[in-house]
Amino acid sequence: MSRYCSDDRWVMTAVDATYWQQATRAIAAGDATLLSLWGEPGRIHMAVFDNAIVVISLDCPNGLYPSVGASHPPAIRLERAARDLFGLDPVGLPDARPWLDHGANPTAYPFLPVEGESLHQIPVGPVHAGVIEPGHFRFTADGETVVRLEQRLGYVHKGIDRLMHGATVARAARLAGRTSGDSTVAYALAFVSAVEMALGIAPPPRAVWLRGVMAELERVANHLGDFGAICNDAAFTIMLAHCGMLREGVLRCAAECFGHRLMMDCVVPGGVAADLAGDAPIRTLIDAIRARFPALVDLYDKTASLQDRTVGTGRVSAELARQFAAGGIVGRASGRDFDARRSIPYPPYDQLHFEVPVLHEGDVNARVWIRIKEIEQSLSMLEQMLNALPTGDIRVACEPHRSAEGVAMTEAFRGDVLVWLRIDEAGHIDRCHMRDASWFQWPLLEAAIEGNIVADFPLCNKSFNCSYSGHDL
Amino acid sequence: MTPWRTLARTVLARPAAAPVPPVDRETASSLAGRLEAGAQTPLGRSLAVLHIDAGSCGGCEVELRSLRRAVYDLERFGVCFVASPRHADVLLATGPVTRNLVEALELAHAAMPDPKLVVALGDCAVDGGVFKGSYAIAGGVGTTLPVDLLISGCPPAPERILAGLRALLEANARSRPGISSR
Ligand code: SF4
Repeated sequence: MSRYCSDDRWVMTAVDATYWQQATRAIAAGDATLLSLWGEPGRIHMAVFDNAIVVISLDCPNGLYPSVGASHPPAIRLERAARDLFGLDPVGLPDARPWLDHGANPTAYPFLPVEGESLHQIPVGPVHAGVIEPGHFRFTADGETVVRLEQRLGYVHKGIDRLMHGATVARAARLAGRTSGDSTVAYALAFVSAVEMALGIAPPPRAVWLRGVMAELERVANHLGDFGAICNDAAFTIMLAHCGMLREGVLRCAAECFGHRLMMDCVVPGGVAADLAGDAPIRTLIDAIRARFPALVDLYDKTASLQDRTVGTGRVSAELARQFAAGGIVGRASGRDFDARRSIPYPPYDQLHFEVPVLHEGDVNARVWIRIKEIEQSLSMLEQMLNALPTGDIRVACEPHRSAEGVAMTEAFRGDVLVWLRIDEAGHIDRCHMRDASWFQWPLLEAAIEGNIVADFPLCNKSFNCSYSGHDL
Repeated sequence: MTPWRTLARTVLARPAAAPVPPVDRETASSLAGRLEAGAQTPLGRSLAVLHIDAGSCGGCEVELRSLRRAVYDLERFGVCFVASPRHADVLLATGPVTRNLVEALELAHAAMPDPKLVVALGDCAVDGGVFKGSYAIAGGVGTTLPVDLLISGCPPAPERILAGLRALLEANARSRPGISSR
């Protein structure tokens, strides 16, 4: 095992098969946490959290490597994806079906067999009834009760890994910001942080804080949208209307302050694209949300018909959340106390005061409350950042001209985004892997719906709000 | 505050929908010309839209959802989203059309009753956008379906989408004078 890059938060090492298997055993035993697994031609990588982030890489000249999924189920989909994309075969993988590659005949996918009396199946998607992303859900129901849900994803696979190969850092940053459009700031931030770490570049303090401002605006907008949409799926449309107006306020504020409603391409390698002229729009926004949001929370809390739908629905056990290292809302609503902003602190969060709300019920209601509490925390963080915003430059040159590797993790609104990348001698991106929190949340949705009624699926699904695009790449 | 007060205020408040400028004449005229040239039977004064994500990053959906909320209130113009291709006049597609979705997109279009229109929304749907050149995409909605209206932007802002859809509505009504004068 040779260590070739490290600082106090990250370690990257090349390992042999024996060490790889040791690491697999540690993960399966719960002594370390699997963060991601990905490939490149002839090599497989795995990122593990063990107080620091450890990236281990194993050469597989004959295209074979010992499967992690064989003893640790959360790795199964990642291994299926790595095989589709890079032809690397995990020896011992229990599920040999393709995942992202739908082949020439997409309808010929072998779903798991279901046996039992009086069971029926309901296929849903990839063309859906609402304005949502495409995936396929295969429900097996006994009357109204779901006994199994099997997901099939990969429909929006766009070949981002391949597009990254050989891209300039500037183009790659644009691609990263379009991996999951609703989390464009979090993705761009994770990507540029990995580039900056690889090259040893420090963005100016003002840029770092402005990135924080953008990231929290993005979180508030998405949490507001989710809060309204979850209530809407319980037929409580008034919440959608109110939250929609607050959310529109956030997007307009972003457009006014940074030039784009979703803040796409605002976080760039070396800093940020545009300076904040004045903080008045953000302060007005904070006041407006503080004035109107508590009444909505109160309404949520005191409407019995709404509580009836959300409390106890779609439970995820703490054990599953731990095993799958479920990030974000899903993990924190099921007792997993992990938030990249605090667990692997990155600036400016290391200088802010905030709480990471954690609940234990694991139901739709808990996931709603995590969002509510996080909106309050984000508003406070925004204020803290505006009050202490450093002055000075917003961008330094970031023109790579040597090979280097970098890794970074940021907390998007739905959970942690991990980015690993390697820059080649010419300063272009050689390889870049991005892992959305959804990879470990999607499988838990399958578990959460079991034993619930079919009609509660939209509610459960919305309370997770996993990304399809971020997962399908 | 008691919850009923929030409810009561909502009922008594003025609508949040923002006023909009008149429809862009030029776009409407060119669209009307297209519809006539294609001998399309006009659909009337309202449009039922089926949204299909054909590989979007999700950004275009964010703005489509904004369009349906109170501030833009798309339905006041007679444009509503429907759940099934069987109910749709317009197929509104986002994304660069991934290979994995070509078939679904074609099937949904085939399932729509005639006459039907296709809108490609967002830079990706126009020509593949930032994902142009990937092995995994067909490269824009036009590669798979006959497109009537392109709305560019990444993602297009709600005002822009609204302007496009209203032009479509106007052009559609104009190509059958009897209906537009009502
Ligand atoms: S046009 Fe832009 S926002 Fe829309 S799907 Fe493409 S990348 Fe995403």
